[in-house]
Amino acid sequence: MSVLQRLGRWVGRHLVLMGGLLVIVYMFVPIFVVVLMSFNKPKSKLIYRFDSFTLQNWLNPCRDGSMCSALSRSIQIGLLATLVATVLGTLMAFALVRHRFAGRSAANLLIFLPMASPEIVMGSSLLALFVATGFGGQLGFATILIAHIMFCLSFVVVTVRARLAGLDDNLEQAAMDLYATEAQTFRRITLPLVFPGILGAALLSFSLSFDDFIITNLNAGNTTTFPMYVWGVAQRGVPMQVNVVGTLMFIISITIVVGAELNRRRQQKALA
Amino acid sequence: MSASTAAAHLAPATPEEQPERPTPHGRKLTGYWLLLPGVLWLVLFFVVPLYSLIATSLYDRTGTVLQGYDMTWSFGNYWHTLQDYWRPLVRSIWYGAVATLICLGLGYVLAYAIAFKSGRWKNLMLVLVIAPFFTSFLVRTLSWKLLLRDDGFIVNSLQFLHLLGSNGRLLATPVAVIAGLVYNFLPFMVLPLFASIDKIDHRLIEAASDLYSRPLTGFFKVTWPLSLPGVVSGTLLTFIPAVGDYINAELLGSPKQRMIGNVIQNLFTDANDYPAAGALSMMLMLLILAMVLVYIRRAGTEELL
Repeated sequence: MSVLQRLGRWVGRHLVLMGGLLVIVYMFVPIFVVVLMSFNKPKSKLIYRFDSFTLQNWLNPCRDGSMCSALSRSIQIGLLATLVATVLGTLMAFALVRHRFAGRSAANLLIFLPMASPEIVMGSSLLALFVATGFGGQLGFATILIAHIMFCLSFVVVTVRARLAGLDDNLEQAAMDLYATEAQTFRRITLPLVFPGILGAALLSFSLSFDDFIITNLNAGNTTTFPMYVWGVAQRGVPMQVNVVGTLMFIISITIVVGAELNRRRQQKALA
Repeated sequence: MSASTAAAHLAPATPEEQPERPTPHGRKLTGYWLLLPGVLWLVLFFVVPLYSLIATSLYDRTGTVLQGYDMTWSFGNYWHTLQDYWRPLVRSIWYGAVATLICLGLGYVLAYAIAFKSGRWKNLMLVLVIAPFFTSFLVRTLSWKLLLRDDGFIVNSLQFLHLLGSNGRLLATPVAVIAGLVYNFLPFMVLPLFASIDKIDHRLIEAASDLYSRPLTGFFKVTWPLSLPGVVSGTLLTFIPAVGDYINAELLGSPKQRMIGNVIQNLFTDANDYPAAGALSMMLMLLILAMVLVYIRRAGTEELL
């Protein structure tokens, strides 16, 4: 075996993993900055860098009241959009996996297209519609909600559909064989099995809605969501409380994801 | 033996052949009923708006939002806006393409490492890929602004290594904007790539090496072709949002790095020139559609070769 070959083997064995880990570190660099800056006491509002340590940002997260009202608006919109998109999207996923009908490919195309369109195009076309139908003066909470439900819907369908398609339908057959009615089978067998997919879709919806800026900004009128608040202060000087919110979002979502994974493992152990 | 395994012997096992299940006549319509609300929502708030956008792009540009626009079928809007804004349009596609290629490089290494080299840490690494993106897009981009600032650690190191002139900066350059795009859209590349690479049967790669192929040859003859579906969907999922993005250009760039999204946004909200904004949006959409179609066709034939 030549030196070159041996080197090649070594590269194949370790370098790829090292490279992968480096990419992950790179992905976390801004998160460290967000956490660090949440403890920052800035000397000047306009210079965005770490000056000295303080707990004030964490103790008074709502120093700027407009941030917290934007935040609560984003949470409300996120929850409502998630609820509607998850229900509608789950129904669609069931239709696509469990029923055969004419026009499937048209339905699939309709679901795929919003995911393949640039946000700026979806945002501007919605705005064009609202203005053309005379709602141009009433842009706000409702129009943001409509937009968010629209772009979350496709992601819900895709997520739930994947879970549903991978489902073994023998369990449902067995329930039916044992004289369960269709409704009972659905409630006791199908729904619990699909539930992780629905939960995942709901989490995805919420984070898509909570984080959206481009579509929201075009259709918000004078209403401000959290990303729009951040956009606004980015020009004027960022209050460090923004980083507190960023850190909290990170911690909460990590807790949910890790919790779900641990729960899954526990259930698997219980079954084994 | 449980009831489910007993049923398994009776029922047709392949999930793809489910339609053969006995269904009452009413169930044919159930599918439509389940689909209806969602389809209605998408038609009303995705398809109809596209029609409004086309109409808006053909309005008379001399109107205003308050007085309303006249429909004059002004196809000239397209020509005029293209003359005014072809630079940001071309720039967006250029930035988007470069960012997508860099994402492909970084994403492939990461997806390959997770799929083949991570062992029992696979799930943990997948969580780590998604985790940073739960923090707000804008807050993360602001962090990059801090990291790339003049006199910051990164700029100083690059100046020390003479990779950057002593007055050189990163902010307000294409490098910063592209770096921001790469960072923000990397997970859209990694996840489809991972899904594709993870499915590859490892025995095929072993077979290649048993037949004395060098690791790199094995990679290009076996792994890469088999991962092509992931490459295609990953590049599309990265390229499309990256081209339309204007957050990175605004926060990390300067007016010189203005992308088409900035222009469309400004035309709508500041200049109130709806027909021009509509025409630009339509052009962006058509351009992306054309590129995607050509790309998919090319990728498809490569796969066959």
